[in-house]
Amino acid sequence: MNALTHYETPLLQTPFHARTSAANKMHSWGPWAGYASVLTYEDLAMEHSSIRNAASVYDLCPMVKYRIEGPEAMAFLNRLTVRNVAKLSVGGVQYTVWCDDAGHLIDDGTLFRMSPDRFRLCCQERHLPWLLDSAYGFDVAIREETEEVAALSLQGPTSASVLAAAGSDVTGLKPFRMADFAFVGGEVTISRTGFTGDLGYELWTVPELALPLWDHLFAAGAQHGLRPIGSDALNIARLEAGFIITGYDFTPAPQCVREDRLRSPVEMGLGWLIDWEKGHFTGRRALLRAKPKWAFVGLEVDGNIGAEGAILYHDQKTEVGMITGACWSPTLKKSIALAQVQAAHAAGGNLWAEIYALRELHYAKMMMRARVVDRPFFQTDRRRATPPARF
Amino acid sequence: MPMPSFDALIIGAGPNGLAAAHRLQSAGRKVLLLEAGVPGGGAAACVPLAEGFAPQPLAHLSLNLDPRVAHGVELARHGLRWAAPDLATTALSPTGGHLRLDGPAGAALQGAVSEADRAAWAALRARLMRFAAVLTPLRQMPPPRLARGAGNPMLKLAMVGLKARMMGKAEFRELLRMFLTNVHDALNDELTDPLLKGALAFDATLGTWLAPRSPNSLLLWLDRLSGGVGGVQGAIGLPAGGMGALASTMVAAVQAKGVSLRSNARVARVLVEGDRAAGVVLDSGEEIRAPLVVSSLSPKATLLGLVGSRHLDAGLITRARHLKARGGAAKLHLALRGLPDFRGADPKTRLVIAPSEEAVERAFNPVKYGQVPEAPVMEIILPSAFEPGHAPAGQHVLSAIVQYAPHAPKDPEVARAVLLEASLRQLEAHAPGLRSLILKADMLMPYDIEARWGLPGGNWHGGELSVEQMLFLRPLPGLAQYATPVEGLWLASVGCHPGGGISGSAGWNAAGAIMGVGK
Repeated sequence: MNALTHYETPLLQTPFHARTSAANKMHSWGPWAGYASVLTYEDLAMEHSSIRNAASVYDLCPMVKYRIEGPEAMAFLNRLTVRNVAKLSVGGVQYTVWCDDAGHLIDDGTLFRMSPDRFRLCCQERHLPWLLDSAYGFDVAIREETEEVAALSLQGPTSASVLAAAGSDVTGLKPFRMADFAFVGGEVTISRTGFTGDLGYELWTVPELALPLWDHLFAAGAQHGLRPIGSDALNIARLEAGFIITGYDFTPAPQCVREDRLRSPVEMGLGWLIDWEKGHFTGRRALLRAKPKWAFVGLEVDGNIGAEGAILYHDQKTEVGMITGACWSPTLKKSIALAQVQAAHAAGGNLWAEIYALRELHYAKMMMRARVVDRPFFQTDRRRATPPARF
Repeated sequence: MPMPSFDALIIGAGPNGLAAAHRLQSAGRKVLLLEAGVPGGGAAACVPLAEGFAPQPLAHLSLNLDPRVAHGVELARHGLRWAAPDLATTALSPTGGHLRLDGPAGAALQGAVSEADRAAWAALRARLMRFAAVLTPLRQMPPPRLARGAGNPMLKLAMVGLKARMMGKAEFRELLRMFLTNVHDALNDELTDPLLKGALAFDATLGTWLAPRSPNSLLLWLDRLSGGVGGVQGAIGLPAGGMGALASTMVAAVQAKGVSLRSNARVARVLVEGDRAAGVVLDSGEEIRAPLVVSSLSPKATLLGLVGSRHLDAGLITRARHLKARGGAAKLHLALRGLPDFRGADPKTRLVIAPSEEAVERAFNPVKYGQVPEAPVMEIILPSAFEPGHAPAGQHVLSAIVQYAPHAPKDPEVARAVLLEASLRQLEAHAPGLRSLILKADMLMPYDIEARWGLPGGNWHGGELSVEQMLFLRPLPGLAQYATPVEGLWLASVGCHPGGGISGSAGWNAAGAIMGVGK
């Protein structure tokens, strides 16, 4: 029998580990979907700044990926997810969510249409049993391909220039589209997608090409301020962009122990994704019947202390919600937050966040006014401009 | 020629489909009944046996025909007669020391049984009949719901509770004690005679995927005892002309009511438009439209086959797939050149081979693992001994339910041959010379029953009848009120509450639920 030693190294290493670990000067690691993932390489402010002012590279490998293919792959996905997959053309990418029978959110993710009959679904949580159960009655094959794909996210105003310098001309690539590029005897697929709300791309290849890709990119990016970023910097950027993370901003239905933690897409501000006319999808009938009890909102909070985890009060007295993600936004110079509030308070007015600021080992308790504002907090034309401006 | 339009389509002309059709048509709906084969009768429909012999049904006796259906459909007026309305049972002994149980549910016992056992059986029988009677009203209403504000028929439910409580504190406690116990323990608490215990244990578990020692098996016995014939609780009847005649009487009654009937119209799928049922598509491709579709096929077949994943939530599809449907009973038909002699037993009784409760349990053991028992237990009827018309003069038909049979053995052909041989060995041991009388032998295994009668797994109940699949759990939580998530599509199947037998109860209940919605 083999000696069991897996518990000694419980976290897997991504195909970029040789490079990410060398660059991780702070030895700051966190677990993500079973992989060791860098939280901050060197300096959080510089890393966030590279997203908004230059270019950044983030190791995406731990993101869960499923390969979904077969003559009825599209029909399967239309029944699984709330959006209309028929409207997703080959080479396109769709942000989407899916629900259980009761219309409660299971996860969100991005769906890539690789060919008429082949898709890739990228998401935060693992769902193979649910996907396979959902596949009953459809001519479709599904398997997890997380380990077969090496992926990097290249984000920031100079990202197109970095790619140009690397020899990939992406000037014609529109948001939510992808294209294949030759790379050292293989291929890299580049999609104009990301989690920062900025100009950016995601690069997909096989694990064997991971290190050459990293090296090639950093050689090309030297003149464009390219630097690796960890999850902490990305989290600030995604909050500025108003994006949610499963498990942070809502609890996925299969993991909910408490009934009142279940959330529908409508309650998470994702009702706009639902295509009611496309035919049946799992949870549709429940969603039609449901009356939303919650709303998901963006908040600007007074003061300069991040309001992470703060309880929200109406009139400083009645609990009406909870901040699920917050930060001091370096871009906006404001304290911003994402929050679940009771539906009656979706419009805001007289909302207060109870913030505990740790000051030299003592908490200062503050009631700060929180105003409901439109998301995204931070918006830039760079994100959509095609061709992208050269920086 | 334009198709006449209908208010309701009913899929399957079995007892439930017929009952639902009759009730809906009576309420003023125009009903079209679609049957894949020849109408009708579901498990009372017949398969051919041999030249000159009457075709044989799957269900060969009537034990729980719903009195509401019998009266509502006016079966007597349409010619239903009984060859034996209250069949006696003979518990066969291989040495001729038979026991005979006369009257409903073995009210009178003849044979070499101790006085103590006689008294104990009388007491146990009375108690079981009392308990079963308490539960009977539950069969005649949709299952109660657990949800808040579900609109349960509280008065009816309160009456059930009150009736149970009115038995007195000791009996009520005894009901609660016995409710979920097993047949083996209940019998051994009271009785000693192996042959008597064997016959009772056999009856208690007939047609289920349970053996006497299986948890909760007593509940199935109570369910069986809640039936009866012509208002006599616990009676078992043989209709004149056999169960096929009961089926054709129902068909005649339903047609007389004005229901349109189409044979050889196999429904391929339910047509769903705008998230509601709009009709059906036959396997010929023909489309028949109606705003109401009622399926009397098993819920499993309806949800997975006729509706399909595209129109249902993934979780529901998974639950439907996991719905347990294993059949443990095989059906044996013999064409005989003469009357077999079961060592003097009265051929005009129901003959049971089940030497002991242990023997019943042992016959189930190999079946759990996909194998065939060496000594199967069985219920035998010789319809030709009761009346002419079943076989050429002087010749006879033997119809037997053989337990247990594997529903998914490794080699179905081999399993069929092995079970046939084991059954004939058992029969020969109890009726020497029987084998030499055989002109033709047909063994229908659970998978044959599935193929012929469309019952998943060959299970008589269109989904196992056991406590975890009864009442509001039948066929699945959320579907127990006969409605489906697809508006306009209803379930009226033996796989719904209250379950199996040639009863029509589920169909009658479903029609009531449908009309309630229209109010």
